[in-house]
Amino acid sequence: MCAAPTSSGLKDATAIVGIAQTKFAKHLEPSEAELACQVIVDACADAGIDPSEVGALCSYTMEATEEVEIARNIGAGDITFFSQVGYGGGAGCGVVGHAAMAVATGQAEVAVAWRSRKRGSGPRPWTSTSVQLKVPGSWTRPFGMLRPVDEIAMLTRRYMHEYGATREHLCNITTAVRAHANRNPAATMYDKPMTRDDYMSARWISEPLCLFDNCLETDGALACVVVSAERARDLPNPPVYIHAFAQGIPPQHQTMVNFFNDDPLTGPAWACAKRLWSRSDFKPEDIHVAQIYDAFSPLILLSLEGYGFCERGEAAAFTDNANLEWGKGSLPVNTSGGGMSEAYVHGFNLINEGVRQMRGTSTSQVEGAETCLVTSGEGVPTSALLLRK
Amino acid sequence: MTNAAAFSGGYVANLGPSREGFLLPASDEEGHFFREGAREGELRVQACASCGRLRHPPRPMCPYCRSTQRTWKPMSGRGTIWSFVIPHPPLLSAYSEVAPYNVIVVELEEDPKIRFVGNLLPDSQGAINDLDPHSIQIGEPVEVAFKRYERADGSEEFLPMWVRAGR
Repeated sequence: MCAAPTSSGLKDATAIVGIAQTKFAKHLEPSEAELACQVIVDACADAGIDPSEVGALCSYTMEATEEVEIARNIGAGDITFFSQVGYGGGAGCGVVGHAAMAVATGQAEVAVAWRSRKRGSGPRPWTSTSVQLKVPGSWTRPFGMLRPVDEIAMLTRRYMHEYGATREHLCNITTAVRAHANRNPAATMYDKPMTRDDYMSARWISEPLCLFDNCLETDGALACVVVSAERARDLPNPPVYIHAFAQGIPPQHQTMVNFFNDDPLTGPAWACAKRLWSRSDFKPEDIHVAQIYDAFSPLILLSLEGYGFCERGEAAAFTDNANLEWGKGSLPVNTSGGGMSEAYVHGFNLINEGVRQMRGTSTSQVEGAETCLVTSGEGVPTSALLLRK
Repeated sequence: MTNAAAFSGGYVANLGPSREGFLLPASDEEGHFFREGAREGELRVQACASCGRLRHPPRPMCPYCRSTQRTWKPMSGRGTIWSFVIPHPPLLSAYSEVAPYNVIVVELEEDPKIRFVGNLLPDSQGAINDLDPHSIQIGEPVEVAFKRYERADGSEEFLPMWVRAGR
C-alpha cells in the first residue's frame, strides 16, 4: 500500500531500483522494439522484480514502440498508468519523473521508463524536408539553418561574444568527458583518447562548433525501474532516491530556435532549475556529481549557469583547471562519457550513470558522492532529476 | 484575417523547394501578411490590434494582453547582426554545394527583441556564400533585402535577406 501524497510531494518518495542498457554501437542488428523489450526485462532483473509486476510505462513521444507492444512482449499484467514526454532530448528526466509521480500517487506500484533508438544506423531527423518544414521552421530552415548544431552554434557565437568564452572552454568540456569515456569500457570512445590538439584541429560542422562539439550517433537502449521508497528497501540494489524532479518551458520559448524571446541565452534550464531547487533540500553547492545533457558541448555551459553552479557568464571559467574532470575538479560532469563520448540515446545514459554514481559503481566513481543532478536537453522544453543515496 | 481562420489550427502547406533545391517557407495563414509584404519589398511584423505590442513569429494571441485581434506594422528594415554561424557539410545537397555560407540572426531597430533569421548577401539577389563569412561581425548594421526564389512550377517566394547598411 502506497503512502498518501504529503506536503513533501515527490521528495524521496520513490527510488530507482533497477537499470539496464544494451551495447552501444553504430549499428545493432535487433529492431528498436526488440532492444526496448530486452532492456526493460533486463532492468527488471536488475531490480529483482518480475516483469509481470510492471504497472506503469513511461516513454518519449519519439519512442517508436507503443506501450501496448511493450506490454504484450514483456508479459506485463494490468498497465494502469502510461505517459509520454515530448521534445526529444528534453524528455529523459521527465520520463523518469512521470514514472516517479505515478508510483508516488498510487497509480502503479512498479514503473518502467526507457529509450530505445537506432540513431547510429537510422536517418537523421533534420534530413526530412517535408516533416520538418513547418512553423516555426519556415522562419529558420530556408536560410540553411538546417540542423540542431546550426541552431545551437548560433547561441554559442552570441554567448562567446557576450562573455568572452572561447573554443578553449569548449575543449575543456569535450576533453573532460572523453577522459571519462576512456575509463568506461561500455563507452563508444573507450579506446579513443582525445588531446587538445585533436579538438582544435577537428573539422568544422557549424562554426564556431567542430566535430567534437557534437554528440555521437548511436544504436542502443536503456531503461530504469521505479518503485516506492518503502518497497525499495527490500530489493537487492541500494535504493537511489528521486529527491526532486522538474520540467521546464520558459516564457516565449521556441524549441531549438530560442532566438525569439527577451533573453535567448537563458533557456528552459532556468525554468526547470527554479522548480527543481524549490522542491529540494539541496542547493547547487551540495551536488557532488552531475550528468548534464550534452548533445552539444555548449549546452553544458548554459546548463551550469541555468542550474546555478555559477553566475551568468561564468560557466566558461568554471570549466578551467579541469574543474569538470573526475579526480581533479569540484564538479565531475558526465562521468560515463555522456552523449559526446559514451552514447547518444537522447540522454538516457546520463540517468543510468547518475544511478551508478549513487550506487557507487561508476567507472569514474566520485568518492563519497551522495547527490547527483541529472539534466535533459537545454534549448528544448526540458526536465531534471535530483538523485540521492 | 478573421479570428476563425486563426483558430482553424493554422493551415500549413509545404509547396516544395526552389529550383536550386533550397527549402522555402510553408504557406501558413498566420504568416500570410508577411509574405505579401515580402513580395512588395516591405518588412512587416505582426502587432496586437489592442495593445500595439509587436510579436514574432506570428501567432493567434497576444501574450501580453491576450487579445486575438491582430494586425501588422511595416518596419524600417534596419537592424543589427545579433549572431551568426557558418555551416559546413553534411547538409541537404543544395546547401552542401554552396557551403560554407553564413546564417545570421538580426535584431530590428524598432524593437531589438524582434529577431529574424536570414543570410547576409552582397546585394538582394546575391548568393548565400558570396561574402567571406569570417568578415561578419556581431553588431554590424544591416538592411533588409528580399531575394526572389522560384519553384519548379514557376511560383515565386520572396525571402527576407540582409545587406550591409549603406550598400
